[in-house]
Amino acid sequence: MAIARERLYLRRRLFNACSLLLSGAAALFGLFWLAWILWTTVSKGLDAMSLQLFTGMTPPPGTESGGLKNAIVGSLMLSGLAVLLGAPVGIAAGTWLAEFARDSRLGGIVRFVNDILLSAPSIVLGLFVYTLVVRPGGGFSGYAGAIAMAFIVLPVVVRTTDEMLKLVPGQMREAALSLGIPQWKVTTQVLYRAALPGIVTGVLLALARISGETAPLLFTAFNNQYWSTDMSGAMPNLPVTIFQFAMSPFEHWNRLAWAGAFLITVFVLAVSMGARFLLLRKKIRHD
Amino acid sequence: MARLDAFGDRLFRRLVTAAGWFVLLALAAAALSMYWGGREAFGQFGFGFLWSSDWDPVQEEYGALVPIYGTVVSTAIAMTIAVPVSFGIALFLTEVSPAWLRQPLGAAIELLAGIPSIIYGMWGLFVLAPFLAEHVYPRLDAWLGGWPLLGPLFSGPPLGIGMLTAGLVLAIMVIPFISSVMRDVFMTVPVRLKESAYALGSTTTEVAWNIILPYTRSAVVGGIFLGMGRALGETMAVTFVLGNAHQINASLLMPGNSIAASIANEFAEATTPMYQSALLALGFVLFIVTFVVLAAARLMLMRLNRREGR
Repeated sequence: MAIARERLYLRRRLFNACSLLLSGAAALFGLFWLAWILWTTVSKGLDAMSLQLFTGMTPPPGTESGGLKNAIVGSLMLSGLAVLLGAPVGIAAGTWLAEFARDSRLGGIVRFVNDILLSAPSIVLGLFVYTLVVRPGGGFSGYAGAIAMAFIVLPVVVRTTDEMLKLVPGQMREAALSLGIPQWKVTTQVLYRAALPGIVTGVLLALARISGETAPLLFTAFNNQYWSTDMSGAMPNLPVTIFQFAMSPFEHWNRLAWAGAFLITVFVLAVSMGARFLLLRKKIRHD
Repeated sequence: MARLDAFGDRLFRRLVTAAGWFVLLALAAAALSMYWGGREAFGQFGFGFLWSSDWDPVQEEYGALVPIYGTVVSTAIAMTIAVPVSFGIALFLTEVSPAWLRQPLGAAIELLAGIPSIIYGMWGLFVLAPFLAEHVYPRLDAWLGGWPLLGPLFSGPPLGIGMLTAGLVLAIMVIPFISSVMRDVFMTVPVRLKESAYALGSTTTEVAWNIILPYTRSAVVGGIFLGMGRALGETMAVTFVLGNAHQINASLLMPGNSIAASIANEFAEATTPMYQSALLALGFVLFIVTFVVLAAARLMLMRLNRREGR
C-alpha cells in the first residue's frame, strides 16, 4: 500500500519535472529563433553598411554602386503622412469610445470591429485602397500608399487612446466639469494631458508597425527607382525596394536589401522601445 | 459665452462620433469593395471558383483551390508547431521561471512580434531554406519517406522552399502573439484557486492542466484563433519561402502558393480585367475567412473578460 503510494508520488513528480523541462525548452525555442533572426539581420546588414547607402540612389541592375536614399526618404514621407492621416481620426474615435460610448451597445460593436481591423491582413487593406483610390484615380500614388497605411495606424491608435482615457480617474472629469468648463475643453485640455504618454505610445507603436509593412504598398504606392518626392505619383519606398532587391538574382541588390532590412529593424526596435519606455514612466508616476 | 460653449460641445461630440462611425464603415467598405472588385470572377465562375484548380491567365480560367489549399496547409503546419510551444512559453513565464527572468524574457519574446514580416521572409529565403535543404530535408526524406502514411508528405527533392518551410516561418511569427495572449490570460487566474490546488499537493503540471486551463479555456482558444488569423493573412514572409508554384502537391517539401502570396506576386502583372477580378475575389475570400476566425477569437476572449467582471 505504502509502496504503491510512494510509486504514484514518484510518477507524478517525474511527470511534473518532465513537463516543466519541456516548458523551459519552449521558451528557449522561442529565444533561439529571435537570436538567429536578429544575428542574421545585424551581421548581413552591417556588412552592407556604407555612407553611400544614404547618398546614392537605388541602382539599376548590374552596377556596383548606389544606395537607398530615395527609398529611405520616400518611406519616411509615406509613414509620416500615414500617421498624420490615421492618428487624428484614431484619437477622435478612441475619445468617442471612452468618453461618449463607454458602455453603449454601439460602442461595444465599434470596439469589436476595431479589434478585428487591428489584426486584419494588411494585404487586404492594400487591395481595399487599390479599389478605392488607385483604380478610380488612375495610377499608383504616394497618397494611396499613405492612405493604405493609415488604415493600419487607425485601429492601433483607437485602441490605445480608448484604454488610456479609461485609465484617467473619473474625479478628474468631475472636478473639471464642476468648474463649468465645457466638455470639449475638459477632454482636450485635461484628459488628453493626463493620458498623453499613453496616446503618444499608441502613435509610436503604430509607426513601428507600418514602417516595415510591405504588402499594402505593393499596389498602392508601388515603387520608383528614381528620386521622387511627388506624392501624386508612384513613390520609392524601402519595403518594396527590399522585396524586389531580395528576390532578384543580383548579388549587389541582395546586399542592399539586407542593408535596408537592417535599417528598418533598427528603426522599428528603437521606436517600439521608445514607446515602452514612455509607458513605463507613466506607470511609475501613477503608482 | 454659454451658447458658444454649447456649440463647441455639440461640434466636438459630432466630430468624435463621426470618427467612431468611420471605424465601423471602414471594415464594411473594405469587404464591399473587394466583393465589388471580384464580382466579374464570381459571376463568371460561380461557386466553382472556390474548388476549381485552374489558374490560367492565358485562357482566362481562374479557380481558387490551389491558393486556398496552400493557405490552409501552411497555416495548419504553423499552428501544429506554434500552439504547444506558445503554451509552454506562457506556462514558463507564469508558473515556472524565477521572478527576475519573467520581465526580460517576456519582453524578448514580444520583440519577435515587432520584427517586420519582410525580415522573416528574407531570413527564411536566404538563411533558413538553404539550411533546411542541406541538413534537414534530405534526412527527413530518408527517415520518413518510406513510411506508409506519412511518407508521401515528407518525400521529394530538398528544394528548401515549400510548404513546410513556410509553415515553420509562420509558426515563428505567430508564437509571440499566441504566447503573449496566453500569458496574459493565465495571469487572470485567481491566485486563491491555484494556491488551494498546491495546498492539496498538486504539482505545477497538475495545476496547469486542472486549474489554469479549465479556467481560461475560452480565452486560450481565442488566443490561438488570433494567431491563426495572422497566419492565414500573412503575406510577405510566405511569399518569399513558398515558391510561387501553382500546384497542389502531396509532399510538404514541394513549393506551392497561398492566397496572400498569389495576390502579392501577381497583382501588379494582372493586366486583363478578369485576371484582376479573380485576384480581388481571392482577396474577398481571404477577408471573409480571417474575419470569421478573428471574430470568433474576440468573442472567446470576451467571455473570459466578462467572467472577470471587466
